[in-house]
Amino acid sequence: MVGYKFCEKLRSKTSSFNLIVFGEEPRRAYDRVHLSEYFNGKTADDLSLSTENWYQEQNITLFLNNPVTKIDRDLQKVYTANGLDYNYDILVFATGSGAFVPNIPGIEKEGVFVYRTIEDLDLISSYAKKAKTASVIGGGLLGLEAAKALIDLGIEKTSIIEFAPRLMPRQIDAAGSDMLKSKLADLGLQIHLNKNTTSIEGDGRISALNFSDDTALDVDMLVISAGIKPRDELAKACGIEVGPRGGIVVDEKMQTNDPAVFAIGECALYDGMIYGLIAPGYEMAEVLAANLCEGDKTFTGFDMSTKLKLIGIDVASFGDNFITEPDCRTIIFENKHKGVYKRINVSNDGQYLLGGILIGDATAYNLLLQTSNNRIVLPENPEELILGARGGSESAGGAGITGLPDGALICSCEGVSKGDICSAVADGTCENIDDLKKCTKAGTGCGGCLPMVKDLMTYTLKSQGKYIKNVICEHFNYSRQELFDLIHIHELKSYDEVLDALGKNDGCEVCKPLVSSLLASIWNEMILKKGNDVAQDSNDRFLANIQKGGSYSVVPRVPGGEITPDKLIVIGEVAKKYNLYTKITGGQRIDMFGAHLNDLPIIWEELIAAGFESGHAYGKGLRTVKSCVGSTWCRFGLHDSVSFAIRIEERYRGIRAPHKFKSAVSGCIRECAEAQSKDFGIIATEKGWNLYVCGNGGSKPQHALLLATDLDSETCIKYIDRFLMFYIRTADPLTRTATWLNKMEGGIDYLRNVIINDSLGMAAQWENEIENLIASYKCEWKEAVENPAIRKRFSHFVNAPEDKDPTIEFVEMRGQKRTAEWKTV
Amino acid sequence: MMNEQSNWLAACRVEDAIENGGVCVKHGEDQIALFYFTRRNEWYATQNECPHKKQMALSRGMIGSTTDEPKVACPFHKKTFSLSTGECLSGDECAIKTYPVKVENGTVYIGTSPKS
Repeated sequence: MVGYKFCEKLRSKTSSFNLIVFGEEPRRAYDRVHLSEYFNGKTADDLSLSTENWYQEQNITLFLNNPVTKIDRDLQKVYTANGLDYNYDILVFATGSGAFVPNIPGIEKEGVFVYRTIEDLDLISSYAKKAKTASVIGGGLLGLEAAKALIDLGIEKTSIIEFAPRLMPRQIDAAGSDMLKSKLADLGLQIHLNKNTTSIEGDGRISALNFSDDTALDVDMLVISAGIKPRDELAKACGIEVGPRGGIVVDEKMQTNDPAVFAIGECALYDGMIYGLIAPGYEMAEVLAANLCEGDKTFTGFDMSTKLKLIGIDVASFGDNFITEPDCRTIIFENKHKGVYKRINVSNDGQYLLGGILIGDATAYNLLLQTSNNRIVLPENPEELILGARGGSESAGGAGITGLPDGALICSCEGVSKGDICSAVADGTCENIDDLKKCTKAGTGCGGCLPMVKDLMTYTLKSQGKYIKNVICEHFNYSRQELFDLIHIHELKSYDEVLDALGKNDGCEVCKPLVSSLLASIWNEMILKKGNDVAQDSNDRFLANIQKGGSYSVVPRVPGGEITPDKLIVIGEVAKKYNLYTKITGGQRIDMFGAHLNDLPIIWEELIAAGFESGHAYGKGLRTVKSCVGSTWCRFGLHDSVSFAIRIEERYRGIRAPHKFKSAVSGCIRECAEAQSKDFGIIATEKGWNLYVCGNGGSKPQHALLLATDLDSETCIKYIDRFLMFYIRTADPLTRTATWLNKMEGGIDYLRNVIINDSLGMAAQWENEIENLIASYKCEWKEAVENPAIRKRFSHFVNAPEDKDPTIEFVEMRGQKRTAEWKTV
Repeated sequence: MMNEQSNWLAACRVEDAIENGGVCVKHGEDQIALFYFTRRNEWYATQNECPHKKQMALSRGMIGSTTDEPKVACPFHKKTFSLSTGECLSGDECAIKTYPVKVENGTVYIGTSPKS
């Protein structure tokens, strides 16, 4: 395989070499990774890596059934089995490995096989017809494959003999092995661990195995899969340096101790290690091919992470899979009922994923591998990486594909990065997975990365607007995000201007409030100026919440929930005067219900005269910043949470967003202000403030996630500025911050990267934009009551401005009024 | 059809109506919503009560169109009704009454016998 890959890579770079390939086997290079599929109906041709004419087309001379038998390095000649010799300038060993056959007495008997080539498989297959019991020596990856093959061939009793105390000793730990063992037992495989085979019994042909613990096992056939042995005999014979336990010694350029001789793949020993996987083999081929074309690549070892399906069971290991405490913290999930075992090793500071093992369910493998390889900072609760998010929070699943850097290696077999895949899609070369496989080769090796390749393709298509166009309504063929930018660029100031410039026909109840919200978010002008008033949602249109029955409620702003006795008295007096029902809200202010439309301006006039301002309870924007009493009174308080809450509330008051947003500040970790249920919440620490984002109460409560810790007040505000502008600019209509984050690829890690590390390079612009919004704040109600044209709109009858709506009915309850029930049943 | 109207209610001056929006007109015990669809240069009048929850609210609703059908959305629950036929466009059975409108010498008149 690696030899073929080398030819392919070299030819893709140059046609200048005269390339001759000598093969021992009778067929062209084939896919050994999927060798067991030969038993599932795949033919040798299906497994072949190239078409019959490929070598010819590439101007490569191919000899099959004709291995090199001798090498003369002085003359730079190879001698082959058919008696001919050939000169070389450069000699490449890609001889791979053979099965390691332990020296057990009786190993030569009939019925003993190795599991390596298609020919081996043919032999096994024909012998299996007369066998009823079979054993495999070796509980590694290939041994398990071989055992599966034997089951498929109809052997009634198949067992696995492993010398080590666990299965797949290179990949998984004891607990994982136990889980795998019980799953394999369910499939009828017997597993014998800690078994050292001492001899093979039988008269000419195998009949039983004897073990060192004086037990024996009757078997009709045996497959040896006890490891690999690099095919280094030819190199050794001509004086090339080989390792003490085999393997042709190479440096980082794949060069042997003879400058004209190289070795790649499983025959090569780099840094004392044989790389028995396909991906590093391909990487070696790339390094050598590039260097022969005057490139300067080096092989510096390879990630040996693997994911495979063994007999229908997912098995994966990645990164540093065996590291244990105290060098790391280990999180283990085990579900014996479903046969699932997952282990992740997390750095002691909780920041990074070091490695792990997955048995029974490896769906998270790609994401975990990327999180580990790219050193992506872990979410607060890393266990959710293997448990899946709970409590309705889909965001906590760790970094999604968008969080990966462009250089992240997605297909390690073919060395294809995220950037390669995304750009092949983005430039229009590839629109489906087959195109992608053809042009990038991603997913053509082990295929384990295909789900992630598909996700990247979908994500790229989506980001180009090709896949899903999230248009607003029949009047605007744009998404909210697009419209935001267009309104900004074209400096459109009213709904009609936007409709004329960017939309069609007359608009509707969907696009009108959406555009009005955008206009407010961008320009922050009076929302009731002529023309824009009728494009507001009804609550915004009358700057009050319409209630059952048609009356309105009045909510003045009480920043941080702090209010003087004098102001309390004013609220009481106003409520009494206009016969309003009063109730304390969840946001630490007072709501006055049951106001007639006609009374709204005069009520507000009185409130404003007493120093109140609009509370924007009717708008999609900042509602309240709740606070606990903090260090000014509380014996536990660390900082003055009330002052900070007032500062925050006054900073962001009146800013319109895709949906309402709420905040809170707690003076200590007792969290009396419930900041972690808010769109952004702040909790005092010994050293400063912890900032949480994207929490929500409502129908689907969601805890806010920790964005940053121990911030000083200025930094905290800076991050909130960026957070809010990012939300305002990119959220879908009527989407709260929690849902916005849940939909965000990459979740909180991505968001953190954007806000704190300024990964989008937008921070300065956003800070500037929000400063403009803050600077242009005016109390809408003050403007409304002072503007006769606007004030005139607050009457129920156009032809009887003094009359109130006579149909509004109230009834008495607990000494106050309340609205009458709906008149319908 | 307009000629059949015998009772024309002088509702308001054109400048008192709200461009691309609605006002409520008192007609004895009744309430009529009057819409000045400036964008289409059209006038519409309907009952002010939304039949869904019996709220006097349609005059405060947003107007617009779907395909070419002019409509109003009730501010309470966003049920939409055709301004020209009164038909409920939100899939409900309930329709609203519509009235003819004429403008003479800057005064807007509503024919108080419903069209539908």
